[in-house]
Amino acid sequence: MEILKTTEQFDQIEKKAIQISGAEAVVRCLLEEDVNIIYGYPGGAIMPVYDELYKFQDQLHHVLARHEQGAVHAAQGFARVSGKVGVAIATSGPGATNLVTGIADAMIDSTPILCITGQVGSHLLGSDAFQETDVIGISTPITKWNYQITNAKEIPETIAKAFYIARSGRPGPVLIDITKNAQFESLDYEYHKCTAVRSYEPKITIDQRSIRKAVSLIDKAKQPLIVFGQGVILGKAEQELKNFVEKSGIPAVWTILGLSALPTSHPLNMGMVGMHGNYAPNLLTNQCDLLIAIGMRFDDRVTGDLKTYAKQAKIIHLELDPSEVNKNVIVDVVVLGDCKLSLAEITKHVKPNQYSDWINEFKRLYEIEYKKVIAKEFYPKSEGLTMAETVEMINKHSRGDAVIVTDVGQHQMVACRYAKFNTSKSNITSGGLGTMGFALPAAMGAKMGAPDRQVVAIIGDGGFQMTVQELGTIFQTEIGVKIVILNNNFLGMVRQWQQLFFDKRYASTELINPDFVGIAKAYYIKSEKISKREYLDDAIAKMIEYDGPYLLEVVVQQEENVFPMVPSGACVSSVRLE
Amino acid sequence: MSKKITYTISVYSENNVGLLNRISAIFLKRHINIDSFSTSESEIKNVFRFVIVIKLEPDRINKISQQIEKQIDVIKVFYHTDKETIFQESALYKLPSEVLFEKRQVQNIIKNSHAKIVTVSKEFFVIEKTGLRHDTERLREELEKFGLLQFVRSGRISVTKERLPISELIEKFRHNITDNN
Repeated sequence: MEILKTTEQFDQIEKKAIQISGAEAVVRCLLEEDVNIIYGYPGGAIMPVYDELYKFQDQLHHVLARHEQGAVHAAQGFARVSGKVGVAIATSGPGATNLVTGIADAMIDSTPILCITGQVGSHLLGSDAFQETDVIGISTPITKWNYQITNAKEIPETIAKAFYIARSGRPGPVLIDITKNAQFESLDYEYHKCTAVRSYEPKITIDQRSIRKAVSLIDKAKQPLIVFGQGVILGKAEQELKNFVEKSGIPAVWTILGLSALPTSHPLNMGMVGMHGNYAPNLLTNQCDLLIAIGMRFDDRVTGDLKTYAKQAKIIHLELDPSEVNKNVIVDVVVLGDCKLSLAEITKHVKPNQYSDWINEFKRLYEIEYKKVIAKEFYPKSEGLTMAETVEMINKHSRGDAVIVTDVGQHQMVACRYAKFNTSKSNITSGGLGTMGFALPAAMGAKMGAPDRQVVAIIGDGGFQMTVQELGTIFQTEIGVKIVILNNNFLGMVRQWQQLFFDKRYASTELINPDFVGIAKAYYIKSEKISKREYLDDAIAKMIEYDGPYLLEVVVQQEENVFPMVPSGACVSSVRLE
Repeated sequence: MSKKITYTISVYSENNVGLLNRISAIFLKRHINIDSFSTSESEIKNVFRFVIVIKLEPDRINKISQQIEKQIDVIKVFYHTDKETIFQESALYKLPSEVLFEKRQVQNIIKNSHAKIVTVSKEFFVIEKTGLRHDTERLREELEKFGLLQFVRSGRISVTKERLPISELIEKFRHNITDNN
């Protein structure tokens, strides 16, 4: 076997250009960007890189997923929790196409990831060679940037550019496709981090006039409302948001991806907006006189019917991406730029204020929601467990310090409504794309991105089975993630819609499920199943305390519905409580 | 929904493989048909210019332009209505040679339309006409009855009446990059 080059040897030669293979250059570029974990799956067209990964395994931990979709979601989870670029690697053809869902998910949720795919040799491009697919063509609409490397010389510069693009400005996924010949060829290796791309200007100078206009509107407002999104987290502006909220005294509500940017226990945190958001935030969106949107993009799940959305209010939009401005909602003042800077500027100039009557209105409406929805879910009269009481029990044992990773559907809405968070980057969920199967692999990535934190994946019985194979990765890699399956034997959200809008015709939403505990056992993962309230507390405690991966199946009521609900395309103030 | 009008979108970009696909995907995603598309080197060295003609509601044109400008390899996007631009299309018409010699009418059509004969051979001849869409279209209609063998029309090429601040912009980028290094 080839003797591994030592780090010292590398250090000696690092200063000057050295002759290495393209495959080795790929690995060394990743190390230059401080990558120490990547997720992937080998195959023919990426084998030279895997050969180098073998040699560099002390410095770069490759996590073998069980499917490329698992690898890319893990990279997303890693990126979301750490703020770093997540890296996934796959072979050509099916390896590359299996990444597509995760790339699309990262695109719509602005997650910085780098996908590296192998490609057939450049002399074979376009010949329909074995495992050849046009991954550049396929990934173009769902990447922030992509590039095909056909020559080893391009590798260092392209990877440097990819990292720069993925993490700067509004982050997003990038894909690099490397032909096999480029992996084998040698090059004079030198690495320089990318700091600028001529045609790309991610930094926007904040216009002081827009700050002044925003401040003047804020100072005049009687019933202002802050709606913040993931832009606060991506812009590392959590402290600036908190300062702004506290000085201005304005109640703040969040989109699903904004969750955890402001502690859930903060007295001015009034809950979630959107289709299954809280009652007051939705209703009062249409009563506020000023809406301050921070790092959010007025998604249709947030706004409902645009024709009736916040029409009475002036709107200020703090936004980094110019293409999001006036896209869905026409606003009065645009503060273009990094919200970390603009929030600080606005906070500096805004008058300290309090809106006690306005805040009491939130509290009054919360009481209504509590009586009609929350109390029933926390203290149900029926025998069956509810999703909400399970989430609340997780809160009790995690004390709001856990990273909560959710899949898509009813359990996701319930978890995001009730989960408690003390710190940012703690809510990992597939927001824009709504990708079932996201949670289990994303939780693996999240645990590896925040190894000292408790990571709890809350997953429905449907979504769990979409990427269940990743239990193999969790077992092999010993990833201490906690998995809670909220099992109602239904694709619950679709069933809810069928009940409410399709006269209870439950077309293909009932699931006859396997023995989840048995599946966990087969993967040597400790597990338990409960269906009675009296065991819930102990079961969650045991799971949280357990050192290592753990699966807890909680059998919940079959036909629970998620409320409040703004029916699809309806006005936000028509939010229903039952 | 407001009425659609014709816009000419000018995209200044790097000349990179795949950018065409990236730009056309933006229209595809929104189910917008492209009327004409042409690309060439621009007035600035190593900067390319796409000229795209679409019919779109006025409230959507800025959104589309922003989406294009957001692409990494795109430097700057401008859009204009027909009134704001000088634009032309070029068309080639291939006809059998006998009509040129036997039908006097054809010679008159060519003369009156200010079209140019590009080539004449024993079997066929080719004429070229540059102008607005209705000019090249009218000529096509007139020649059709003489057995038009082939007809092809270029995409729109266009320059704006107003000054475009593109060169300064690129100059600024250059400075920024030097500053960072």
